[in-house]
Amino acid sequence: MNRINQKLQETKKILSIYFSAGYPNLNDTVQIIQDLEKSGIDMIEIGLPFSDPLADGPTIQASSTQALHNGMTTQVLFDQLKDIRKTVSIPLVIMGYFNPMLQYGIENFCQKCAEIGIDGLIIPDLPVDVYADEYKATFEKYGLKNIFLITPQTSDERIRFIDSVSDGFIYMVSSASVTGSQTGFGSIQEDYFKRIAGMNLKNPQVIGFGINNAETFNQTTQFTKGAIIGSAFITHLTENGTGKIADFVKAIR
Amino acid sequence: MSYHVNEKGYYGEFGGAYIPEMLYPNVEELRQNYLKITADPEFQAEFDALLKDYVGRPTPLYFAERLSKQYNTKIYLKREDLCHTGAHKVNNTIGQILLAKRLGKKRIIAETGAGQHGVATATVCALMGLECIVYMGEIDIKRQAPNVARMKMLGAEVRPALSGSRTLKDATNEAIRDWINNPVDTYYIIGSVVGPHPYPDMVARFQSVISKEIKEQLLEKEGRENPDYVIACVGGGSNAAGAYYHFLDNEDVNIIAVEAAGLGVDSGESAATSALGKVGVIHGSKTLLMQTPDGQITEPYSISAGLDYPGVGPMHANLFATGRAQFISITDDQAMQWGLKLSKMEGLIPAIESAHAFAVLDEMKFKPEDIVVINLSGRGDKDLNTYIDYFKL
Repeated sequence: MNRINQKLQETKKILSIYFSAGYPNLNDTVQIIQDLEKSGIDMIEIGLPFSDPLADGPTIQASSTQALHNGMTTQVLFDQLKDIRKTVSIPLVIMGYFNPMLQYGIENFCQKCAEIGIDGLIIPDLPVDVYADEYKATFEKYGLKNIFLITPQTSDERIRFIDSVSDGFIYMVSSASVTGSQTGFGSIQEDYFKRIAGMNLKNPQVIGFGINNAETFNQTTQFTKGAIIGSAFITHLTENGTGKIADFVKAIR
Repeated sequence: MSYHVNEKGYYGEFGGAYIPEMLYPNVEELRQNYLKITADPEFQAEFDALLKDYVGRPTPLYFAERLSKQYNTKIYLKREDLCHTGAHKVNNTIGQILLAKRLGKKRIIAETGAGQHGVATATVCALMGLECIVYMGEIDIKRQAPNVARMKMLGAEVRPALSGSRTLKDATNEAIRDWINNPVDTYYIIGSVVGPHPYPDMVARFQSVISKEIKEQLLEKEGRENPDYVIACVGGGSNAAGAYYHFLDNEDVNIIAVEAAGLGVDSGESAATSALGKVGVIHGSKTLLMQTPDGQITEPYSISAGLDYPGVGPMHANLFATGRAQFISITDDQAMQWGLKLSKMEGLIPAIESAHAFAVLDEMKFKPEDIVVINLSGRGDKDLNTYIDYFKL
C-alpha cells in the first residue's frame, strides 16, 4: 500500500511540512527531511522551486528564488533524493508547478519519482480535467498519488469530481488566498470546514494555507485529517537556520 | 482546418487553462458567459458606440504613397495609432470593462509592462467609475514615469510588482495573486491574447474590429476585401490577433508576424519567442515560451517594452507551429531606424513596437500589384525618451 494511504489510516491527526528544496542552502534538502521525520512530522511536501509561483505568497516566492539562485534544478533534486528511502520512511510528496515537470518529461519525471520512492505529487497549475484526460494513466503506472486542491469557492459538484479522481487526500485550501497570507480563522472559514467535513468524501482532507502555529493547527484539524504548514516553517528556517527544526515542531504539537 | 480556438480552448496543441484551483471559479464564470454576453445585441450596441464616439473608430486605412513608391508595392497602414490613449489596447479594455459590469464586478485589476494597457484600463475604469488597480514591475515604473502619472491622473492605483525580475511577467503574476486573494468582486482585465482560456479568444474577438474594418476599407478602396499580406508586430500578440482575425482561415492572405530580436536572436538579449521558445506553460496557457532547459521562465529583452514578453499568445504559437504565419524577427536597431524613417517619409512617429513591423519591408520582396497592410498599432509619444536617447535628438 502507498505510504500516503497507510499514514492516513492512522488514528492521529497528520502534521505535514512544506519546504522549498535547496533552501536555505542547496544541500540542506536531505538533512531537513531527516530532521523533520525525527521530530515526529507525518508527511513532507518537498517544494520543487519555480521562477513564477503563481499561487504562492512572498515567503515561499523568496525561498523558491533563493533555491534557484543556489543552483536547484529538477535533476539536482532527484540526485539529492536518490538514497532518501535508506533513512526516511514517512510519505514524501513533491509539490511544484507544471512547467519544470513538462520540460523534464512527464513520463521521465514520474519514473524518477517512483525510483526514489516519492509517494505523490501536488501540481497547483495542472487542472484536474487535464490530468484526468492526459496524465492519470502515467501517474498510476508509477504508483504516484496526485493531490488536488479545493477552495472555499469550489462547488460541491466539482469537489465530488475531484474526490472521484483522487486517491490519497484532498488538499483543502483554507481560504481565498495565496500561501502564507492568513492570520487566524473566523466563522466564515469554520462554516466552510464544516461544509466539507459534512460531505463524507472518500478521500480524507488535509488543510493548508495559513496554518502557522499550534492554535491554527488545532483549530483546523478539528474538521480535517491533518494540516500542512509551509510559509511559517520557511520563516523559521530563514530566522534560525536548519539547527532548530525540532523546536519548531514541538511548538505546534 | 480552422486557426480559431476550439471548443476546449485550444489552438492546435496550444492554449487551455492551466490555472490553480483557486482561479477556477473566476475563469469558469468567464468561460461560461463571455460568448453569451458579447453576442447580446445590447452589449454589441454599447461596445460599438463606445468604439465610435470614445475611441474614435473606425480608424483610417491609409495608403502610404511614398513608402509604396519606394518599395514598388501597395502599402496600406491601419491607423490604430489614432485610437484614444494612443494604441489598439483600448479596443480590448472597452470590451472587457463592459463584460465586467455585466458580471457585476466592482473592482478591476490589470497588469502592465510599458504602461499602455495600464493606461487603457485606467481610462475605461474612469469612464465607468470603477475602482482600478494596476500592477506594474518596479523596474518598469521607473522606466515609464509618464504612463505611471497618466494612470494616477485617471484615478488608478499603481502597485509595484516587487517579485522576480520586477517587469511585465512579474506584474502578471502579482495580478493573478490578487485575483486569487479577491475571487468574488474582482475582474482581471488581461491586456493581451495570453492567459488561460477564454482570455486569448476573448481579447482576440475584441481586437478583431481591426481586421473587420480592414476588409470594409479595402473593399471600398481596392474593390476587394482581402489583402495579399497582413503584417503586425507580436509581443503577447493582441494587435496582431486583431489584424489577422478575419483572415486567419483564408489562406490567400499571407500572415506575417514580427517579433523583437532585441540585440539579435542569438545574442542572449532577445524576445524572439518563436525562435528561442519551447512548448511550456506560462500564466495559465500552454504556448511557446522562453525558458531554461530546467523549465524556469527567462527574462526577454527588447528596446520596446511592449514586446518583451517571454511567451506569445497560443493563437500565434499555433500559427507558427502550423506554418500558417511567417515569423520574422527584427533587431532594436532596425526598428529604431524605421521609427525615424516612417516619421520622415510619412509624418508618422510610430510606437517602437509598431516600427518593428515596418522593417519587414526590407526583409521581403513584394510584387507591384500586392496589397500589403501593416498594422500601425500605436503612436510613438510614449517612446520619445527612448528615441531621444537612441538618436541623441
